[in-house]
Amino acid sequence: MKPREQYMESLRQLKNEIMKMGILVEEALSKAMKALTELDSDLAESVITEDMMINRMEIEIEDRSIALIATEQPVAGDLRHVITGMRIVTQLERMGDHAVHIAKSTLRFECKAFKKPLIDISKMAELCISMHREVLSAFMDEDEIRARNLVDLDDEVDSLHEKVQRDMFTGMVEDESFLSQALQLTYISRYLERFADHITNISEWIIYGKTGNHVDLNG
Amino acid sequence: MGIAKNDIVLEIKNLNFYYGELQALININLEIKRNTITSIIGPSGCGKSTMLRCINRMNELIDDTRTEGEIFYDGRNIFDSDVDPVKLRRKIGMVFQQPNPFPKNIFDNVAYGPKMYGTRNRQKLREIVEISLKKAALWDEVKDRLLDKSLSLSGGQQQRLCIARTLAVEPDIILMDEPASSLDPIATMRIEQLLREVTDDYTIIIVTNNMQQASRISEYTAFINAKERRSGFLVEYGRTQDLFIKPQMKQTEDYISGRFG
Amino acid sequence: MNQAKLEKRAMLNQESFLSSKNDNIKSEWIKGRIFLLICIVSILFGILSLAALLIYVFWDALGWLNWQFITSTPSRFASKAGIFPMLMGSGFIIMLVALFSLPLGVGTAVYLEEYAPKNLFKKFIEINISNLAGVPSIVYGLLGLGLFVSFLDLTHGTILVGALTLTLRILPVVIVTSQEAIKAVPVSHRRASIGLGTTKWQMIRSVVLPESVPGIMTGMILALAVAMGETAPLIMIGAATSIFTAPRNIHSSFSSLPLQIFAWSDFPGEGFRHGVTPAAIVVLLVILMIMNGAAIYIRHRFSRDKN
Repeated sequence: MKPREQYMESLRQLKNEIMKMGILVEEALSKAMKALTELDSDLAESVITEDMMINRMEIEIEDRSIALIATEQPVAGDLRHVITGMRIVTQLERMGDHAVHIAKSTLRFECKAFKKPLIDISKMAELCISMHREVLSAFMDEDEIRARNLVDLDDEVDSLHEKVQRDMFTGMVEDESFLSQALQLTYISRYLERFADHITNISEWIIYGKTGNHVDLNG
Repeated sequence: MGIAKNDIVLEIKNLNFYYGELQALININLEIKRNTITSIIGPSGCGKSTMLRCINRMNELIDDTRTEGEIFYDGRNIFDSDVDPVKLRRKIGMVFQQPNPFPKNIFDNVAYGPKMYGTRNRQKLREIVEISLKKAALWDEVKDRLLDKSLSLSGGQQQRLCIARTLAVEPDIILMDEPASSLDPIATMRIEQLLREVTDDYTIIIVTNNMQQASRISEYTAFINAKERRSGFLVEYGRTQDLFIKPQMKQTEDYISGRFG
Repeated sequence: MNQAKLEKRAMLNQESFLSSKNDNIKSEWIKGRIFLLICIVSILFGILSLAALLIYVFWDALGWLNWQFITSTPSRFASKAGIFPMLMGSGFIIMLVALFSLPLGVGTAVYLEEYAPKNLFKKFIEINISNLAGVPSIVYGLLGLGLFVSFLDLTHGTILVGALTLTLRILPVVIVTSQEAIKAVPVSHRRASIGLGTTKWQMIRSVVLPESVPGIMTGMILALAVAMGETAPLIMIGAATSIFTAPRNIHSSFSSLPLQIFAWSDFPGEGFRHGVTPAAIVVLLVILMIMNGAAIYIRHRFSRDKN
């Protein structure tokens, strides 16, 4: 038997739990976006209730990490990975909150149809989801290069966000009845942009976990 | 490693050591910084204690051994033929793994070194004993029974007595060979606390099997690994924090995470 | 819990492990008792014969052993005979033997343990010393006669020659026991001293010798007790079996207690054979017991200090 087999197993389990939480967050965002495009208030409600699970997982993973630190005293790479895991679940929890915010915004739509189809916002959401998948697999493989490459996608999301803001502003000026809708869509765009920022934060932690060096990808 | 040259108290250069045919140390290079605690960690049998005993030339007491290389202390290679090992040991003291007080009373244990160096004045000896026991955080526990046998003390107290005995001869460097390995956690913590407190006046090099201890007390850590039977070589040396957060070498990472074998 | 574990537990429940008869404990117990019996018989043999001897001797000595016996010179009449000159001779000799053998023995032991290089030559010397300890004492008498009387031309039968011969006799024992005592000083104490920057001599003087003194003393006393009881070597170097004046200096002739016992045991007459002889034996035994007692006391003190 290898030395510290149990410990290694605990580290692996911790990682799996984080992956599970990541997948839940992805589902939350997909559902929230579906609820938005289809203006399905029931689905939006379910996103909000299911966020409880994500929040509970954050606390659970944190507790397990703390227990692992207290009992096994991880050092070097192991320590960095445990700490990184704790940081990542914090990010994931906030990302879950953004999905909830999108769902809440959906519930606030009073009209039954959009003034025009949600092209840019859908594109943003797609980008966010593929970034999220990428960051999770980079985390799983401890691949800091893929984590680093996510910056480009984040830049795309950022520029889309700016475009949406501009569009909404001009839309609001042209048509006053669009005001409430435009405001909510601006918020949603903002939530997606924040979602992507959290993904780059996760990337930063993946890089730290692998190399021990802090980098700033949002700068 | 970013250590200024004048801060270096001890410079080990290309040190090789042999027990008969067996090469116990392979080309060790280390620079020890003044007034710091430096830990030496590594698997048992890797030669870390052997390296420690090279520094005060205690290995020479063992038959059939050979040392190659240089250790510079105070501007001199300690292996030079005109360096008296007795004189060297007065500057480079040693504390051993098992507490080994003499079967004399507490006072005579601490006063042993000064007496051997020729201090006869009773008043002066009393001062030295008091100061040394205070530095070793033992004074309050033994001040009323200085004439009791040293063996009436607990293990932790005995080890602090041995530290006081070493401090009493005013060394420059103190070598410690797993000084807390036979002690309970509380006694260990007291020793660690005491080591931290005396670094203003001394440079401490400590061999330890307890990695947490190394990470707790030392500023610098050297990791020595063994290859082929029992030949030790230096894997990594640097600031303790760096070594325990992001070691440069895979071997170090595996060893400190307990993934050896 | 898995199936195998459950089955094992069920099996154990059928028959209590502690009531099982299926083992060899009983027969081994009987063997143990038999062995114990053999041991007891062996020890009784020794104790009973020693007790018989002591009772026999003490019974005979009763009435003869008094102050006058201790302080008188030998006499043709058993009732007037005493052992004073022999007592003085023995005492004088033992003091000299102690004086000679302590520095010689301890010096040799320190050299062998602390200085001699660990090679075949050292081993050779050590084996020879151990063998010498087993050489019959009469051979030492011959050696003393040849070395001190014939070769060095000292007068035979004097205190000096007697003491030198007995020194030779016990020296191997003193060396070996001193070596053992020095070896018993923990290496850690030596290292502590050397590590503090002391020279080898300082280490020996301040650590090794003080710590080995009790062991050396114990060995010394036991060796002196052997010297005290020696007869044959003294006969060989021409010591008188009986003498009427106590020795005055190292060149005086002398006799010792065992020599007088040897002589008296051969005298005709009930008073000598069953009176003064046992009385002198009792005196000798008491002295030896005191010496052994002292050795035990020192050893006991030493081991208590150690812990």
